[in-house]
Amino acid sequence: MSDHATSPVSWHSWLTTTSPESRRQAKLGQLYRQWLAFKKNPAAVVGLVIVLALLLLAAFAPLIAQYDPLAQALDQRLLAPSAKHWFGTDALGRDIFSRIVYGTRVTLVIVMLVVITVGPLGLLIGCAAGYFGGWIDTVLMRITDVFLAFPRLVLALAFVAALGPGLENAVIAIAFTAWPPYARVARAETMIIRNADYISAMRLQGASQMRIVLKHIVPMCVPSLIVRTTYDMAGIIIIAAGLGFLGLGAQPPIPEWGAMISTGREQIFDQWWVATFPGIAICVVALGFNLLGDGLRDVLDAR
Amino acid sequence: MTTQHAISVEKLNVSFGDSHVVKDLSFAVAPGESYGIVGESGSGKSTVLRVLAGLNRDWSGEVDILGKRQPKLRDKAFYRAAQMVFQDPYGSLHPKKTVDDTLAEPLAIHGVRDAEAKISRAMQDVGLPTSFRFRYPHQLSGGQRQRVAIARALVLEPTILLLDEPTSALDVSIQAEVLNLLQALRHERKLTYILVSHDLAVVGHMCERLLVMQFGRGVEEMTAATLAARAPQTAYAQQLLTASEGFRRAG
Repeated sequence: MSDHATSPVSWHSWLTTTSPESRRQAKLGQLYRQWLAFKKNPAAVVGLVIVLALLLLAAFAPLIAQYDPLAQALDQRLLAPSAKHWFGTDALGRDIFSRIVYGTRVTLVIVMLVVITVGPLGLLIGCAAGYFGGWIDTVLMRITDVFLAFPRLVLALAFVAALGPGLENAVIAIAFTAWPPYARVARAETMIIRNADYISAMRLQGASQMRIVLKHIVPMCVPSLIVRTTYDMAGIIIIAAGLGFLGLGAQPPIPEWGAMISTGREQIFDQWWVATFPGIAICVVALGFNLLGDGLRDVLDAR
Repeated sequence: MTTQHAISVEKLNVSFGDSHVVKDLSFAVAPGESYGIVGESGSGKSTVLRVLAGLNRDWSGEVDILGKRQPKLRDKAFYRAAQMVFQDPYGSLHPKKTVDDTLAEPLAIHGVRDAEAKISRAMQDVGLPTSFRFRYPHQLSGGQRQRVAIARALVLEPTILLLDEPTSALDVSIQAEVLNLLQALRHERKLTYILVSHDLAVVGHMCERLLVMQFGRGVEEMTAATLAARAPQTAYAQQLLTASEGFRRAG
């Protein structure tokens, strides 16, 4: 196999071969074909680049930001963008560019925590409801309806108000309000495939209900949930920013984008940069996730 | 009495809500026999097969398989003894599983050891080259998919195979190939077949005895020889036979 690694041409043929020799090769080949399809969509590639840039900014924040995001310099308050402070400074003399760069970490932490709690929860509830049907379906879906009946931001607000403001509580509140659509998507998907012959065939082989749901139904629902998640990230970022803006999310002095806009609103007419740059950051990242979601849908959810 | 039959069905009734789709059906199949069930769409023939396979649980009557009375909910031993091949090979293989995954799963469920060898053997038996082992269903043709489905049914080494129109979704040129494969496998492994089809030619080729069904009832049971001699007793069977010969130009 070492000779494959030497030239890119044989890598390509190794990955696209129609008769792979191992499980791993088949899996990698499948991924590679999806990547080739993904690459054809320029908007999706732009989305991917934005998301990768976000990840890199978060990872290398200390190297990229020239200033400490928390360091106040009251003699340098509200400076306009310049070579020294690219995005200007805020009311406490903190460098806005550095705060935005560090803010990527806060945003990513919120998004990741929400996604790892919401994805599996929605998937399991949806698949169980869809596969078993009957009263299990009724109970689970009515609970879902209750959560869906409230506007997301309002429900999140209620949760944060009850739990107390803070980053962790914001994550919990967003997660609580974000799972119902996932359960709905997974349920709809499951109801389509639960009567498929390949699921009947599994039943006929004596597979337990658990095994059918986890090993055969869940893999069919995962792609549409990944797509849904990527779309939702934009919404999650905006809700997190909204909670921050209302002072219920990340608490000062944490550099959270929504909170930064909130503190900048008093100066919005005289010192426009304080609120504008975090706003642009939220907008670009939300757009990036949306474009990525579009591309992933075409590749993963193709029918 | 029941022990000498591989499958025996007594007074089987199946209803879906208000519609009574199988009415008082009785038949018996000897071990090693190939038994056909023929009828038009909606005659209840596929429903009978799904009851036998344990996929349909709303039925009444008596079903004995290999001398054992079958409850609505089958046990693991049943699934090792009887397997089914579905009509549409495009719908019966999990689209995200390779051939290898598909064949390994039943072995894993039943804790069969030596899976490697069993998978290779099953693929060999149905005439699939080893290079296909890690392909996904979308990389296979219809005939190849049906071979995978047959291999999946055979990998547990059952004695009974339930065939639900195994060739009707395939290209005409592939149909004969798959039918011949099924014939050869039956002789090799002494399998008992129940073949459901709307195609009298297929049933005549594959089966020793057959049952004609209409509106959920068994109309006539006959041997393949009777079919070949075009001598069914009932009017409906005669009509079906005429219809299967194709239309004649009027005038």
